[in-house]
Amino acid sequence: MAQAPASGSVIEVRNVTKRFGEKTVINGVDLDLPRGGCFGLLGPNGAGKTTMLRMIYGVTEPSAGSISVFGINIADDARSVRQRLGVTLQENALVEPLSPEDNLRIFGRYHRLSGAALESRVDEMMDFLGLRSHAGMPVKALSGGYQRRLAIAMSLMNKPELLILDEPTTGLDPAIRQALWEKIRELQRGGTTILLTTHYMDEAERLCEQVAVFAEGKIETIGAPRELIEKHLARETLEVDCEASCEDEIFPQQLTPLRMRSGRRLMLYTEDASGLLARAHAALDDKARPTVRPTNLEDVFLSITGTNIEEGA
Amino acid sequence: MRVSATYAVAVWQRNLAMYARTWKLNLLPNFFEPVFYLAAIGIGVGAYISEMRGMSYAEFLAPGLVCVAAMNGASYEVTYNIYVRLVFDKVYDAMMTSPITAEDILAGELLWAMTRSCLYGGIFFVVITGFGLAPMPGSLLALAVIPLTGLLFAAIGVSFTLRVPSMDLFSFYFTLFLTPLFLFSDVFFPIEERLTGFWLAIAEVLPLLHPVRLARDAFQGTLGWVALWDLAYILGVSAVLLRWSAGAVRERLTS
Repeated sequence: MAQAPASGSVIEVRNVTKRFGEKTVINGVDLDLPRGGCFGLLGPNGAGKTTMLRMIYGVTEPSAGSISVFGINIADDARSVRQRLGVTLQENALVEPLSPEDNLRIFGRYHRLSGAALESRVDEMMDFLGLRSHAGMPVKALSGGYQRRLAIAMSLMNKPELLILDEPTTGLDPAIRQALWEKIRELQRGGTTILLTTHYMDEAERLCEQVAVFAEGKIETIGAPRELIEKHLARETLEVDCEASCEDEIFPQQLTPLRMRSGRRLMLYTEDASGLLARAHAALDDKARPTVRPTNLEDVFLSITGTNIEEGA
Repeated sequence: MRVSATYAVAVWQRNLAMYARTWKLNLLPNFFEPVFYLAAIGIGVGAYISEMRGMSYAEFLAPGLVCVAAMNGASYEVTYNIYVRLVFDKVYDAMMTSPITAEDILAGELLWAMTRSCLYGGIFFVVITGFGLAPMPGSLLALAVIPLTGLLFAAIGVSFTLRVPSMDLFSFYFTLFLTPLFLFSDVFFPIEERLTGFWLAIAEVLPLLHPVRLARDAFQGTLGWVALWDLAYILGVSAVLLRWSAGAVRERLTS
């Protein structure tokens, strides 16, 4: 099997632009995905995440730039590339009247599996994603969580070296999300490279070593979640209800200029929030609900993409 | 155009797996339609017709209805069913995450539409054989016309489906295109005896006449040079439309 180039990147995106008519959806993006890593693409709706994924697996053609996957230029041989990767789409595409096993068989055949090899892979996937209890049931009778598990199992039929997950846990309950995260980590431990898009910052923080924040077709920032928090904000956050009119009086800018507002709720970012908390207790009553918490990726995300949160009042 | 037979068969197998689960709902209405025509018009109306072109009316009608069954089998598949797979069920988007290409999908769907036309045409052939309306062994040659009819109407239907902006327009395809073909393509009466020059030329351009003429000539053992023209028409029109559809399907699935 062909190895990735010396750089060790599974995916190399070079100066890629995608235009649909007049609209530029992706604008000059460079991206490298190291083998065996888990990489997250974050961004608001319409930021171009799904288009970026479609270009990586060779279904959408870039307007400019080039993409290599496993060292193969996707424009030259998308078929060979897709033999070695798996994709879980945002919307499950299941054959609803058929059982989970039949769905897996159908997808296995898309990868030229047949006979005993197909049956043994179907069995493995039924066990790996805990689908055994729902064997033989028509897929339309399965809950959303089980349907999602099946969709992921289908994208694993060809033992992909690279797994692409487009919003893997959107709309699922917390227990199912935890279970799916564990499966994704297990795959990564087994050597699979993961590329995912998500709206959930907790998901990105838990799973990804590297994240890129997309906004308006560009990568606004890229790095490890902790690095991004340190680079853009600060380690701790004080959240407190505080009218804009008295904000500067209680928390003058020289204490920390790093702040965001969502309606009455003010968020202040600093390395040690104890001083700010004391000021909050002194100046405001308990109804202001002052809270100190660790700064998370969501804060970074909003500080980069979410100017609307400041206008959200 | 790059088509891989293995991947096209995988597409075909997906439809087969789905059909194996739902065939009772699908097969019966489509199967009965030509049977009803044969009973009501062939046997009912036919009782008042002493003969048509030297045979009983039911005998005249039978080979044409074989082609109509094949036409319907392919047409339902490449219109409503492909549209649902393309737009609502995202079946092709999922296939395109695997090594299957847009051209493989088109080839697999074509193969499947032809399979269904063989199923409907073949079953109807068995029915008319039971009624003693298929002269042996000559009519067996007409079996080859069934997949050709499927090919032609799959190519026509898929060209329409790939460009149609809404599912509602399929009713136009059926009532304003397939129904007149059904009525004026030599199935119910010998058009060259009833239509004048201009209208005869129009019928010659339209697709259903060619398989019907091939099937009837096979039944009667009167296949001649015109069969070559009919065959060339079916293969030529199919090839042109499929070439065009390959571009359209690539555009639809890879933008």
